[in-house]
Amino acid sequence: MVRIGAFLVGLFFSGWLLISFLVGAVAYVTEPPAVTVEHEFHRDPKHVSFSFDGPFGTFDQAQLQRGFQVFKEVCSACHSLKFVAFRDLKGIGYNDAEIKAIAKNWAIKTPDVDPKTGEMSTRAPVPADYFPKPFANNVAAAAANNNAIPPDLSLMTKARHHGSAYVYSLITGFQPQPAELLKEFPDAKTPQGLHYNPYFANLNLAMAPPLTADGQVTYGDGTKASVDQMAQDVAAFLTWTAEPKLENRRRAGLATIFFLLIATGLAYMAYQNIWADKKKAA
Amino acid sequence: MAIVEHMESEGATVSGGSGSDGVRRRDFINIAAVSFAGVGAVAVVVPLIDQMNPSADVLALASTEVDLSSIQPGQAIKTTFRSQPLFVRHLTDKEIAEADKVDIASLRDPQTLEQRTVDGKKQWLITMGVCTHLGCVPLGAGEGENRGEFGGYFCPCHGSSYDTAARIRKGPAPKNLEVPKYSFTSDTAILVG
Amino acid sequence: MSFPWAEQYTPKHPVMQWVDEKLPLPRLVYNAVGAGYPVPRNLNYFWNFGVLAGLALMIQIVTGIIMAMHYGANTAVAFATVEQTMRDVNAGWLMRYAHATGASFFFIVVYLHIFRGLYFGSYKAPREMVWLLGLVIFLLMMATAFMGYVLPWGQMSYWGAKVITGLFGAIPVVGEPIQTWLLGGFAPGNASLNRFFSLHFLLPFVIAAVVILHIWALHIPGSSNPTGVEVKGPQDTVPFHPYYTAKDGFGAGVFLILFAILLFYAPNYLGHPDNYIEANPLSTPAHIVPEWYFWPFYAILRAFTVDFFFVPAKLLGVLAMFASILLLFFLPWLDTSAVRSGSYRPTFRKFFWILIIDVLILGYCGGAPAAEPYVMISQVAAAYYFAHFLIILPLISRFEKPLPLPNSITEAVLAKYGKTDGEPVAVPAE
Repeated sequence: MVRIGAFLVGLFFSGWLLISFLVGAVAYVTEPPAVTVEHEFHRDPKHVSFSFDGPFGTFDQAQLQRGFQVFKEVCSACHSLKFVAFRDLKGIGYNDAEIKAIAKNWAIKTPDVDPKTGEMSTRAPVPADYFPKPFANNVAAAAANNNAIPPDLSLMTKARHHGSAYVYSLITGFQPQPAELLKEFPDAKTPQGLHYNPYFANLNLAMAPPLTADGQVTYGDGTKASVDQMAQDVAAFLTWTAEPKLENRRRAGLATIFFLLIATGLAYMAYQNIWADKKKAA
Repeated sequence: MAIVEHMESEGATVSGGSGSDGVRRRDFINIAAVSFAGVGAVAVVVPLIDQMNPSADVLALASTEVDLSSIQPGQAIKTTFRSQPLFVRHLTDKEIAEADKVDIASLRDPQTLEQRTVDGKKQWLITMGVCTHLGCVPLGAGEGENRGEFGGYFCPCHGSSYDTAARIRKGPAPKNLEVPKYSFTSDTAILVG
Repeated sequence: MSFPWAEQYTPKHPVMQWVDEKLPLPRLVYNAVGAGYPVPRNLNYFWNFGVLAGLALMIQIVTGIIMAMHYGANTAVAFATVEQTMRDVNAGWLMRYAHATGASFFFIVVYLHIFRGLYFGSYKAPREMVWLLGLVIFLLMMATAFMGYVLPWGQMSYWGAKVITGLFGAIPVVGEPIQTWLLGGFAPGNASLNRFFSLHFLLPFVIAAVVILHIWALHIPGSSNPTGVEVKGPQDTVPFHPYYTAKDGFGAGVFLILFAILLFYAPNYLGHPDNYIEANPLSTPAHIVPEWYFWPFYAILRAFTVDFFFVPAKLLGVLAMFASILLLFFLPWLDTSAVRSGSYRPTFRKFFWILIIDVLILGYCGGAPAAEPYVMISQVAAAYYFAHFLIILPLISRFEKPLPLPNSITEAVLAKYGKTDGEPVAVPAE
């Protein structure tokens, strides 16, 4: 009874799936799916190497500080960094006094309640504060940015495939729309107010190129601030903001795996030991 | 790996080596394997326990800055330090005199006002707002609140009265209000913690 | 419930004797996973995965309880509390990554455990109950994993919750009320998040309880073995402890090494980047995909693209997805072959490997975007999946000619080590 029922159910599901397949195959042959402009012109992130690549890579603190400077002077006007606090900057090599000064002089103020009047007001951030958001809310952000909300950058490099290279490629990837694209897809012209970028998922990005000229930022450590250098630095900084415990994690992993290898080796010897008499013929 | 731990006792009975040296060497491996597993288990417990300690965002608030410039003599403010009330009081000369007048020997928790304030800043009395009896918040820091019969603070829970140096004078509390660690960062600002 | 030659628990120390009289818990453990449980002597490494699944469950419960200490089940703060755990809590990143990769490892181990059972016929009499309880654990795991994935309240959490509860909406008439009831609203929200958190905390303990039943049911007939030949006497078995505790100790070491490599060096490899974007009910991710362990079932769900008369394709997909798991409950009665182990069933074995490849293909298609050619491939693969269990397997067990079985487990072991001790031994073909 079970087997007859099973046979019928199996026949139904398998049969209908095969019929669905035939319907789909006929449609696929008669009307092949149109190639989309994204499919043809979207590019994977460029190859770029960072000090934290590979299982034993570590952050380059000078680079993180340069990247922070780019974030501070360029990105932070529009993008928030809401999961990072000023105190966290200790992780990229600033000391308490420096952090206090950075917080105090930060261009955007932290919203707070006036202790005397109870009205909403703002004050200078302190180290314990998170980076204040440039816009009070999403509506304000959209209104100020041509209806596009600048995303929070705290986790950006973990929120995209190959995130570090993605950020670098996106920043350096703005270019005029290729002529062959417009020839093949005449309707896909980049709309007014958007910017063509093959590293962006749908090719047209609301953000204007943020880094436009060499020397846009003046580095304190004397590094030449080429667009490429600045893009790499800020990508490195955003890798740190997304995964500040990366170095701790890799160090802990090394110790753990080293220990486990020895323990497992011993366990294997103990196992062979205990089974020694059973693996021989009785 | 905890399962391996029972192996020790049985290891000897199953290792069928012929010479006595062989038996001992085999036992050693079993014991070493179990010991290693034990060490690993203990090492794993460390982060499991440590995660319950205060996190970095809590520790970041472990010190509080207080601006004293707007506190007039006779006034007190209630702020927070490590999520607990902190009383900052600007004593009047009269209150200082009252506190100095008291015979130290008669106190339950003998301390002078000097010992409870910073040198040369005797008018600034900074204490935790936590009654040393059972942890209620005493009255007296707010405008118009009952300061008790010694003019300092009064705990409404069980009637402990503190004087103008926040020393316990009457009621069940065993100690004076605690003075936290703090320092003056300028003439009109302190950093507590 | 055990073999007559099982070693008896005999406490020597007076304290242990006293405990044994009042509460024979040590005796229970001794008989369950100690020297009192005789196990076939020929188990291979595939028999490690039961203990490893137990280890994975323990890792999940411990790290999960810790995650719950730092988590806020409210849509306003859920994402931020998880991030805070990663950044500010001492060893919080370790706990979170261990819990997330631990879920994947739990499924890896359980899938290997299930396929072990499928190949070696562990589901057959007299162990049907062991198999059925195992499937109950598997279903509970899937529910737990799904609800756990919603908790960080990222984009995939939100849209996953929406799509999966939407499956119930496909049921005619009562579907929509059920969907609304499941979510406590018209879309995933605070009510959904709170109930998922509550149930995600509860279910692992239910799983632990069913695991105890699973082990209990196993101990009545005793463990199966790679030959599928039943234990005939004391020479066929060894005590679980120290023999299999030692082997499982080594297995646990290998498991933990692989776990540590992923946990410390590629903790996000099996996750989806979109879940690092906070949930946004107004913006759907380009591809909504579940975690990898659901991909084969997701492929079956999406394989139905044509309505069957008045039954919409969406409903068919939902029915087929549930059927693809439920049919496993009937497996002990679909496969009627008297021979248990796939090692002695040449035809069964061929189809078994086809099934493995088929499930891998389904998995690949389930993780790919819902576009051609993946849909067509998953249609053929899903058709084979149903045909395998419901048509092919019953037919094979009827017509297959199995290879000669060894007379006993010991005979098979001796043949393997090439020592016959002068006695003639029939070498099993392999």
